[in-house]
Order: sequence, then structure tokens, then C-alpha cells
Amino acid sequence: MTAKDCLEKAAGSSLGELALQLEEDAGTPREDALRKLDSMLTVMEAEVEHACHLPVYSISGLTGGDAYRYDQYRKEGGSLLGEIPALAATYALSASETNAAMGRIVACPTAGSCGILPACVLAVAKVRGIPREKVLLALAGAGLIGELIDEHASLAGAQGGCQAECGSAAAMAAGAIVEMLGGKPEMAFHGAAMAIKNQLGLVCDPVAGLVEIPCIKRNVGGTAIALSAADLALAGVESRIPFDDVVEAMDRVGKALPAALRETAGGGLATTKAGLAMKEKVYGKTE
Amino acid sequence: MGLFDIIGPVMIGPSSSHTAGAARLGRLVRKLAGQEIQEATLYLHGSFAATYRGHGTDKALIAGLLDLPPWDERLRGSFELAKKAGLRYRFVPTDLGEDAHPNTVRFDILCKDGSRHTVTGASVGGGQVEISEIDALRVRFTGERPIIVCRHHDHPGVIAAIAGLLYEARINIGNMQVDRSRETHLAQMYLEIDSFPPPGLEKEIKAIPGIQDAMILRPLEEEQVQ
Ligand code: SF4
Repeated sequence: MTAKDCLEKAAGSSLGELALQLEEDAGTPREDALRKLDSMLTVMEAEVEHACHLPVYSISGLTGGDAYRYDQYRKEGGSLLGEIPALAATYALSASETNAAMGRIVACPTAGSCGILPACVLAVAKVRGIPREKVLLALAGAGLIGELIDEHASLAGAQGGCQAECGSAAAMAAGAIVEMLGGKPEMAFHGAAMAIKNQLGLVCDPVAGLVEIPCIKRNVGGTAIALSAADLALAGVESRIPFDDVVEAMDRVGKALPAALRETAGGGLATTKAGLAMKEKVYGKTE
Repeated sequence: MGLFDIIGPVMIGPSSSHTAGAARLGRLVRKLAGQEIQEATLYLHGSFAATYRGHGTDKALIAGLLDLPPWDERLRGSFELAKKAGLRYRFVPTDLGEDAHPNTVRFDILCKDGSRHTVTGASVGGGQVEISEIDALRVRFTGERPIIVCRHHDHPGVIAAIAGLLYEARINIGNMQVDRSRETHLAQMYLEIDSFPPPGLEKEIKAIPGIQDAMILRPLEEEQVQ
């Protein structure tokens, strides 16, 4: 299935509705799917707040406390970002720190990139007062975008680099925001395409092989990209390269990435001086 | 892939393969044992051997052996829970050979009834797992569909007899594989079946002349997050 097929099928309807229809065709009744999404949304609501009220630290001890720090700063009114982007940044930090601290999260599409979609969706929903039913449909639409990327490229950092994880998550989030604010399915795909374009080629280079550095901050970056891409799409700006083509490029770029930059911790930030020192701190001296 | 492979699963972080998959693998071993486990030695291979502490793979495996689901927040404190439950464990980083998946664990377990078992399995990505060996029987069990594993004398009619029993029970075979050994004249077979086998089927299979050993493995039913 391609975005083109989806647009034909979703004519007059929305991306989220189409996603639910496709699930129903595959054997999951609409009510069941919505109930499942609802229970995931409840987990998301908890994870985006969890690390804001008290500093939370990862099990390796390498990261933590930043969601709390940033949230204090945001509440004092000092943030450069507007209300929605600043809230999304807080939420993304919280979800990612919760993940690194062995807390409960929803992988979407992966655990490493779990902060982007809930942060965007919940920040927009809170500030704009979007009803829950609409938020669930937005999550369904985001899932459909993820399915298309999975089919034509990859969602795994080990295969496609971080563009596959944080890039896909930002695309899903951009589509979800457009859906929530009443944009047409075409607009959702333009938003998703623009989000991927901004992360094309992003490498996966986690320090000590752990889902912390740079993952946590890339979740914040992902929200900024998703929000700006969705905003452009809602204004009627189109991606000159259509979504299906962008995903095809993503697949080629991912395959061209050397193994050292695909989750093996063999290059990029992982092998910087500071990165290697942190690895030694966690595992002791090897070789 | 469906919608809920993309949005989901609900899990304890930080890694779907190194934490959620590890928890599910441990739990599958606990389900196979069908009883409490008192002692476990966990041989960790590949990436699991290299990074198990940083990802909480060790805590997740023990949580699984204690029958906790991968989304249970108690997972982080599984070592203390193990102490209370009387489960002794140790981790041994090892090398299980080039053919082993990078996230493989071999479990040597002592069960409450005094029996000892060895189970090998891997976390194969996205939280999915696959058990490859149970007490020297080679299998491919993902915990999603029931399977039948048996060892039998390699002569005509044995497989037909099993298929006959399944036909009578109206059970469809989804996948099957037979391996034979020239030296021992024993064959080993595993069948993936589409529906739950009725009680007593394992006994009936064991009673077929030529069958040396048989076992039916049930899928892992994971309760939803409350
Ligand atoms: S850097 Fe790698 S591990 Fe971290 S979020 Fe990106 S893809 Fe995942």
C-alpha cells in the first residue's frame, strides 16, 4: 500500500478513519481498536508527565533530570518557544527519560523514539482543547503513516539509522497533528513528508549502545520538526516531493549508511572522546 | 504489520529488544516450566552479553522468570522480588557460537518439583521472541501459536498417525518441519497448529507406536495493561 492508495481510499474521510477501517478489514472491530488506543493514550498521558514533577534518572546514571529542569524554566515563562512547542519539548523529555529509567511507555514506533508522537499530540490537544475521540483518531492515522514507512523503508535504527526511528516518529506526529486540527489526508501526508525530509540521513549512534544519548534530545528535536512540518501543511504548503517518494529515498539512504552508524555504537557520537568515556563508566574497561 | 505493531506495545523501557523482549523470553520459560523456578543460570550471548546491565536486560529476564508481563512497573525491582520469591539466579556472559542470534539466552533452570531443564531462546526484535531449543529438542516457538514437538522412530506411518489425531480434533496444521538423524534413526518434528489442542491430545500422541517423546506448547497469553 502507498500513500497514493490511501488518499484514494480516504477520499472524503480522514486518515484516522481509514486506519480504523483497514484494521477492521484485518479483523479488529472499530470499538476494540479504539479501546486499545484509549488504553495506550492513558499510558502516554502518564509518561509525558512522569519525569516533570521530580527529576528521574536512567539506570545507567548517564542521563536524567532534564525534563524537570526544562519544565521549571518553561513555567517561569522564559522559553523561547511558544506555548505548544515548549510543552511538547517538556513532554518529549519526560517520556524519553521515563523510558531510560525503566518506566512504562508506549513504543511508537520504537522505545527510543517514544517521546515524539505523544508529546506533539498531547501538547496540541491540551492547548487547543481537542476532545479525546479526536486524539484517538489522530493516533490511528499516525499508525497508518508508520505502517507505510515500515512497508517501504524501515522503522529500526539498526536497519535505517535514526531517520527510521525519530524521523518516522516525527512524520507520524506531523500527520497526527494535521488530522487532529481537521486537515485533509493530503495535508497529513505533506506534513509527514516534510518531517522526514528534515531528518533524512540522521544516523543512529547511541553512546555505550544505550537508548539515552543522543536519543532523549533527538526526541525534543523531533517534536520541533513535526510541529513546524504540520504547521506548514495546515497553511497549505505542499511537499514538492510526494510522501511515497520521500520514503523511497529514506529507504535508499538507510541502506547506504555504514553499519557503524546503524545502532552498533561504532561511530558518530558513540565514538567521540566523551562518548567512549561514558561507555567506560558504565561497563568498565573492555579491550 | 498492523496498527498495533506501530503504536505499541506498552512496555517497560528502555529497549524493545533488550528489555521488553527479554522480559517476554523469561516469561515464556516460566510458562514452559509450568511452575515456580527456584534456581536459574542465564547464559547471555552476543549483544546481551555486552550490554545487559545498561539496558536492564538482567532485571527484565528475572521479571519474566517471576511471571511478570513486559509492561509491569515492578520489573525494575525484580531482583528484590526474586529474593522474596526464593528464586536464586546468576548471569554468565558467554559465546554460544556464530549461528546464535545476537540476543540469545540459554536458561538452565531448577523447578520447584526438582526437575531441571535447559531452554534456549532469543529476543528477535520489536519485543518479539523465539525459543529455539527445549531440553535438546529443536523447536521454533514464538509464543503466538500452539506447537507440537515430538521425537519418533523414523519409519512410515508415525507422521500420518499424528496428522490423523489432529484431523479428528479438527485442528489445522499451519507449519511443519521434520529433521532426521541417520545415526540414531530418530526423527524430530514440530508442528505449528492454528487452534488450541483439546486436553488429552498430548497423551494420545505419546501413545502412538514409535513416538519417543512429545510435548504441546501453549501460546503465551498476555493480559492487557490495566
Ligand atoms: S539514536 Fe538510535 S537508538 Fe537512539 S533513538 Fe535514534 S535510532 Fe533509536
